[in-house]
Amino acid sequence: MQDAYLIALLTLSATIRVSTPLILGAMAGLFSERSGIVDVGLEGKMLAAAFAAGAASAVTHSAWLGLAAGIVAATALALIHGFASITQRGNQVVSGVAINILVAGLTIVLGIAWFHQGGETPPLPPEGRFMPIHFPGQDALASVPVIGPIYGHLIGGHNLLVYVAVAAVPLTHWIVNATRFGLRLRAVGENPQAVDTAGVSVAWLRYRAVLLCGLLTGIAGTYMSIAQNAGFTRYMSAGQGFIALAALIFGKWRAWPAMGACLLFGFLDAVAIRLQGVSVPGIGEVPVQLIEALPYALTVILLAGFIGRAVAPRASGIPYIKEH
Amino acid sequence: MPAAEPAPPAIELRHIDKRFGTVHANRDVSMTIARGSITGIVGENGAGKSTLMSILYGFYDADSGDILVNGEPAAIRNPHDALHLGIGMVHQHFVLIDPFTVLENVMLGAEGGALLRRGKGKARAELERLETEYGLGVNPDAVIGNLPVGAQQRVEILKALYRGAAILILDEPTGVLTPQEAEQLFRILQTIKARGATVILITHKLREIMAATDEVYVMRAGTVVAHRRTEETDEGELAELMIGRKVRLELDKAPAAPGAERLLVEDVTLHDARGVTVLDHVGFGVRAGEIVGVAGVSGNGQTELLEVLAGIRVAETGRISVDRTAITPARPMDPAQMRELGVAHIPEDRHRLGLVVSFEATESALLGYQRDGAYAGPVLQRHQAINRHCAALMEEFDVRPRQPFLRSANFSGGNQQKLIVARELARDPTVLLVGQPTRGVDIGAIEFIHRQLIEHRDAGAAILLVSVELDEIMALADRILVMCDGRIVGEVARHDADERMLGLMMANARAGNGAAAST
Repeated sequence: MQDAYLIALLTLSATIRVSTPLILGAMAGLFSERSGIVDVGLEGKMLAAAFAAGAASAVTHSAWLGLAAGIVAATALALIHGFASITQRGNQVVSGVAINILVAGLTIVLGIAWFHQGGETPPLPPEGRFMPIHFPGQDALASVPVIGPIYGHLIGGHNLLVYVAVAAVPLTHWIVNATRFGLRLRAVGENPQAVDTAGVSVAWLRYRAVLLCGLLTGIAGTYMSIAQNAGFTRYMSAGQGFIALAALIFGKWRAWPAMGACLLFGFLDAVAIRLQGVSVPGIGEVPVQLIEALPYALTVILLAGFIGRAVAPRASGIPYIKEH
Repeated sequence: MPAAEPAPPAIELRHIDKRFGTVHANRDVSMTIARGSITGIVGENGAGKSTLMSILYGFYDADSGDILVNGEPAAIRNPHDALHLGIGMVHQHFVLIDPFTVLENVMLGAEGGALLRRGKGKARAELERLETEYGLGVNPDAVIGNLPVGAQQRVEILKALYRGAAILILDEPTGVLTPQEAEQLFRILQTIKARGATVILITHKLREIMAATDEVYVMRAGTVVAHRRTEETDEGELAELMIGRKVRLELDKAPAAPGAERLLVEDVTLHDARGVTVLDHVGFGVRAGEIVGVAGVSGNGQTELLEVLAGIRVAETGRISVDRTAITPARPMDPAQMRELGVAHIPEDRHRLGLVVSFEATESALLGYQRDGAYAGPVLQRHQAINRHCAALMEEFDVRPRQPFLRSANFSGGNQQKLIVARELARDPTVLLVGQPTRGVDIGAIEFIHRQLIEHRDAGAAILLVSVELDEIMALADRILVMCDGRIVGEVARHDADERMLGLMMANARAGNGAAAST
C-alpha cells in the first residue's frame, strides 16, 4: 500500500517535470496566437534555446548565462517569425515550419563544429545547471507519512524553472485578462481593424506578443538542456513544441485549461515511461507508443468537434493589411 | 459694442479634390456643415459621398483642398487625428470585436491605465451617464456577438460619444437595419443633435433625408450639384438632382417580340445571415425575346436575386420555373444543373464570381462548362479543344490581346468582361441572367456588350438585366422592374418610363408618388 502510494506520488512528480516545458511552450504560444500570429515554430524555438543554453553553459559553467543564451536564441527566432509574418505579411505556417527545419539542422551543425561530440554539448557540472531546490525542513518531514513524501517529492525537490513554469500560468492569465495590454492583445487577435481604428498600432502589439513568446520558449528550451538534463542532445525537444501547441488548442487558447492539458499530456508521458517494458497480466506488454500518441489523437478528436468546440482567435493566421 | 461673431461651422470643406488613378472621385467639393445640425449627403452609388467622408475621417488624403474644423484649419492624416478633433464615424460595416462585451469594445484604445480594473469602473460610470443622456438602450455587459445589428450600431455610436465626438458621421446607417431599428436610430440622432452635436448622414434613401435632416447636399459624379434646406425641397426634386439628365446611350433596336414565358419567379423570399429580409415575396416573369431590366440602388436585393436564380443560393420560399422545370426550396438546383437547363449567368462581380484572376484565359473561358464532353475526357481535359474554343471566343468577341494563355488578371476590365460574356453567350442560353454587365468597362466594350445582348434577345433569349445604371436599363430593357428593400416596388414598360419616375420608385418615395408611378 505504502509502495503504491509512493509510486503514484513519483509518477505525479515526474508528470510535473515532464509538463514543465509543455506549460512554458503553451503559454508562449498563447501570447502569440491570441495576438493573431499562428506559431508552429514553438518546437524550433525551444530546440534552439536548448542548444544555446547547453552550449553557453558548457563554455561558462553558469546556468544563468545558459538561460540568458537560451532566451536570446529563442527571441531572435521569434523576431524572424515576427518580421516574416507581421512586417512582410508572409504565410505564418510556412515561416514557422521554416524555423523548425532551420533549427533542426543548425543545432547539429553548430554542435559538431563547436564541440566535436556528434552534435551534443559536453556534460554539464552541477553549477552549470538548475538543480533541484532543497526545501527547508524537507529531511525532517521525510519520515512523516503521507505529508512527508508530498512535501519532498511533489511540492519540493524541483528546480527553479519548474516553479517559473507554474508561476507563468497565473501570470499569463492575469496579463491577458486584467491588463490593458491583455485587452488589446485579445482584440488584435480577433479584429485588428478595430484596434487600428482605436488608434493603437497593430504591428507593435503583435511584435510584443511575439517577443513574449520568444522569452517563454527560451525558458522552456533552457529547461530541457540544463535543468531536466545535463546537456544538449540532438533533436532533444522531440516534438514537445508540437505537444505544447496541441495543449494550447486543447485548452482553447486559455491559460488554466491549457495548463490542465499540459499536465494531462505530461501525465500520459510519465505513465508511458513508467510502463515501459512492464507486462500487464491479460494484456501483455503495454503498447507505450499508443499512450504517447494520445495527445495528438485527443487534439484531433477535439478539433473534430467531439469535445466541445475549439474556436481559434478569428484573425489568427491572417496578415493585417490596412484597408480603407 | 461689436455684435457677437456667429459660431463657426462645425466642418467646412473647401475645394476638395481627389483622384484614384483615372477616376475623379471628388471634384472641387465645398461644403459647410452647421454646428448642431443634421446634414444629409445624398447621391447614387459612386457619386463620391463615401470618398469625401473618408477624407474627412483621415482614411484618405485629399489631393488638394482644405478642411476646417470649428473654423480652424485641420490636418487630418489618420482616424486618430479625426478622433482628436472630435470627429467620430460609424461605418457601414461595424468595427467591433464579437467575443468582447460592450464595455470592452468601448474601452479599447482608451482604457485609462495599464490595469483594467480602475478603467473599467470609470468607463462603466461614463457609459451610464451616456445611457441616461442619450437613451441608447445598450447593456454594457452584453457580448457583441449576441446583440442584434441595430444594437451593434448603437455600440458604434457609443464608442464615438465615449471618445467625446462632437461631430458624428454615419455612412449608410440604415442599410442593415429593420424599419423599427431605423426609427430608433433617428430618434437617437435627434437627441444627439439636441445636445449640441453635429451629425452628417450619408444615404441614398430620400425618405430618410426628408425625415431626419435640416440641410442636404446632393452629389453626382464627384461634385456637389445642389445644396438645399430640407424644408424647402422634396423627394422629387432630390431624385432628379441625384440622377441628373445624362447623355442617353442610343441603341438601334427593333421593338421586342416577346414569345412564351421562359423564366417565372413566384413568391421568392430570402433572409441573410443576420436575419434581414433581402428578398421579400419577389415575383415576375421573363418571356422569350425580351429584356427585363431590374433597376434599383445597389444593395436592395438585386445581388441575392441573381444568385438565387443562378442556383448559387437557395430561396426559403417560392418557386422558380425555367420553361417547364420547377425549382423549389424542397428541390433546389445547383449552378451546374441550372446551366444544363439553359440558364447562363453573367455575374455582377466578375472577380468574385466571374472568373479566377490567376487562371489563364483558356481556363477562365471554360469555367462552369468544364464537365462538358467536348472539353473533358474520361481522365484528362481535352486541352486542344479548350484552347481552340478560347481562341474562337476571343476572335468572335474581340477580346484583346488575343492571347489565350495570358493570365486573366492581365486583361483589362473590359476585356475580362468580354471573355465572360463570350463564355456565357456561346451556348445560346434560353435564359440569360446579367448583372452589371458594363461595370468598370470602357465605352467601346459597353457598346459591344449591349449589341450582343440585343442580338440574343432578338434570337429568342429571355434576358434578366440587373443594373444600377439607369441609362443602361433605359437603353436595353423592354420592361423595367424596380427593386427596393428586397421587394419589387414597381413595373413599367420602357416606353412609359422616365428617369425621374424610376428614381422616385428606387428611393421608394412615399406611397402617394410611388404607387401612382407604378403599374
